[in-house]
Amino acid sequence: MKKGMSLIVRTISRLIVAPIFLLGVYIVLHGHLTPGGGFPGGVILGSSIVLLIIAYGYDVATKKISYNFTRILDAFGALFFICVALAGLAIGYLFTNYWKIWTLTFEEPAEWLSAGTIVVSNIAIGIKVLGAIAAMFFALVVVTRLEEME
Amino acid sequence: MDIIIIEWLLLILMAIGAIVAIEVRDLLSSVIAAGIVGFSLTVVYLMLQAPDIAITQAVVETITLVMLVAVIAKTTRKGTPTPWASVAVISSLAFLLVLLFTFEFGMFALPEFGSMISRDVSEYYISHGVADTGAINLVAAVILDYRAYDTLGEAIVLFASALGVAAVLRSKVKKGGEE
Repeated sequence: MKKGMSLIVRTISRLIVAPIFLLGVYIVLHGHLTPGGGFPGGVILGSSIVLLIIAYGYDVATKKISYNFTRILDAFGALFFICVALAGLAIGYLFTNYWKIWTLTFEEPAEWLSAGTIVVSNIAIGIKVLGAIAAMFFALVVVTRLEEME
Repeated sequence: MDIIIIEWLLLILMAIGAIVAIEVRDLLSSVIAAGIVGFSLTVVYLMLQAPDIAITQAVVETITLVMLVAVIAKTTRKGTPTPWASVAVISSLAFLLVLLFTFEFGMFALPEFGSMISRDVSEYYISHGVADTGAINLVAAVILDYRAYDTLGEAIVLFASALGVAAVLRSKVKKGGEE
C-alpha cells in the first residue's frame, strides 16, 4: 500500500474520487429532503479518501489530507453536533429543532434551508463520520507501513 | 414475479452466504461471502421501502469489506482450523432447533407484519413532522429532531471505535507520526 496500485487503478481513481466526494457532499446537504443524511453521506466522503489511500498509497494521500487532520475532523464533528444540541439550552430546549421556536417561522418546506437545525446537524455528523472512517483507515495503513520498514 | 418470492430468494441467499462465510477456510473468501449477506440485506431494505437504511447499509458494507480485505492483504489468508468442529456443529444445530421451537410460540404473540402498534406516535410524526421540523424526509426529522439524543449515542459509538483503533495502534502510530 506504500506505492499504490497499477496505472489502470490510479487513472480510474483520479477520475472518480472527485465525483464520489461530490456525491457525499450532496447526500449530506440534502439529508432532510432526499433519502440519506449525515451518516451515509459521511461514509461516502470517507470512502473517497480510503480510495485515494488505496490507489495512490499513503505518501500521496497524506499530502491531500493528513492523519492528524482526519482525527481533528472526527473530534470537531462530534463537538459541533453536541454544540448544536446544547445551543438549544439557551432558550430551554435540548436536542430539539429550536429554529422554529426561535424565529417563529420556517422557509418553504421544500427549500434547502427549510429544516433549521437538521441541516446543521447533518453537516456536523457528516464531518464526524468522514473523520472517523478516514482516521481508522489511516491508522491501519500507518501501522502496516511501519512494519514494512522494520 | 411476486415480491415475496424475491425476498425469500434473497433470504435463502443470505443464509447460504453466512454458512459459507463461517465454513470456508480461506479468509478472503469468507469476507466476500459475508459481503453477500450485507449486499442482499441492502436489496431487502430497498424492497421494504427504506431507502435511507439501504443507502447506509450499502455504503457501510462496502467500507467494511474494503477494510477487512486490506487487513487480510497485510496479514494472512489462512484461517485457523477449528478444534471440536463436529461438536460445535451439533451443539449449534441443537441450539437452533430449541430457538426455532420457542420462536414458533413467540410468533403468535407478535402483531402481524407491517401493522403498527404505536399508531399514535407514527401518525403524529406523519401529520406533524413537516410542520414541526420543516424536513420533507421524515427519517431525517425523526433521527435529528424527535430522536436526536439517540443519534448522539450513535455518533459516540463511532467516535469510540475510531478512538479504539487509535488506542490499539497508538505506540506504532506515534513513532510513525514523528518521522
